[in-house]
Amino acid sequence: MSKLAEIFEKYQADIITDWIKEMSAANRRKDLMSESELKLQTNELLHAITDASKNGNSSDINAPHWAPVREMITSISSSRAKQGFTPTETASFVFSLKQPISNRIRKEFGKDPDALFEELSASNFLIDNLGLYSADAYVKTREQIIVRQQEEMLELSTPVVKLWDGILALPLIGTLDSARTQVVMESLLRTIVETNSQIAIIDITGVPTVDTKVAQHLLKTVTAARLMGAECIISGIRPQIAQTIVHLGINLTDIITKSKMSDAFALALQRTGKTVVKRMQPLIPSTNSGAVS
Amino acid sequence: MGVFLIVTIQVDMHDQLAMKLQDDLTSAIAKSESRGVLIDISSLEIVDSFIGRMLANIAAMSRVLDAHTVLVGMQPAVAITLVELGMSLPGVRTALNVESGMALLHSLSDHPKESEEDASSDT
Repeated sequence: MSKLAEIFEKYQADIITDWIKEMSAANRRKDLMSESELKLQTNELLHAITDASKNGNSSDINAPHWAPVREMITSISSSRAKQGFTPTETASFVFSLKQPISNRIRKEFGKDPDALFEELSASNFLIDNLGLYSADAYVKTREQIIVRQQEEMLELSTPVVKLWDGILALPLIGTLDSARTQVVMESLLRTIVETNSQIAIIDITGVPTVDTKVAQHLLKTVTAARLMGAECIISGIRPQIAQTIVHLGINLTDIITKSKMSDAFALALQRTGKTVVKRMQPLIPSTNSGAVS
Repeated sequence: MGVFLIVTIQVDMHDQLAMKLQDDLTSAIAKSESRGVLIDISSLEIVDSFIGRMLANIAAMSRVLDAHTVLVGMQPAVAITLVELGMSLPGVRTALNVESGMALLHSLSDHPKESEEDASSDT
């Protein structure tokens, strides 16, 4: 049993009290975590560290006997990442253990400078590694959250709207990348089949830039829709984008393009054999029913 | 004899079957002096480049025999696959379903609607 483990064993209660005090002095988030929950976490973690340091050396926290400690730190850090703690607050949970342990080591080995130095550096090394490990776990959890949000955005950002019988609209907003285009293409083609639509209007007003790749994706979508028997109209091409398309040498001659969505809709109505007629007298909703007949 | 031919593909096409369809169809067009061919591929779920080329070939052959080809009911997955394979089937006309395909054939061949189609050959 190492001397560090002996100290953990001997002063367990003291260390926990000091540890919590240390954390309160730093920046404990009372709004995010209760005192009792914190006490429980510190208790469990210190027990796990004590057990692990009893079973072998504490220089390598990736060793198998440190697995329970690693798991505990991972779960604590990831739950803190989800609760909205800052990286500093999460890391300081582990780092604030350093001072209490150093104090105990000093008390124990104060008379022997060599042993004091040795144990202090060993404990510092251990706590630093654990702290880094908790930072890693924190970042990993945050990345998972980001990936999940990206997926959610992907689903949200591709609505296919039915404008009229047989006419669909697909307003695209944001940059088009391969993954998004795939989702857009699939949902458009699926909706074409479901609604039996002959015409789909792809509106790219909200697409900030069009490069060769985006143009290629658009062409693919249009071709796939054509193969299924539906026609595509691309609308919302801004002057700058028209210039870019020509400068890049992208061939859009086979595709019907309109500058505004309303123009595209007018053409779509024409293609499906419908017209919009203005009434001589505007229809006034009847007062008792409120519905337009 | 009928003016239009209807082909429905209801099984997964393998290469031999595709060649046979090509043979049968061209001779049927010649024999019945058809002005249009409607190929319903709504049950077709798997395509490869060979089938894609065969569809393009059938269209081109019909064109030579003075008949229009309309491909109807292509599944989204099939359309995506063909596009990813780089086959946009430029000479082939398409429609969403058999009804609109028939309407398209009528308008293409400018034939009065009274003369109804027959001679369906199932594969």
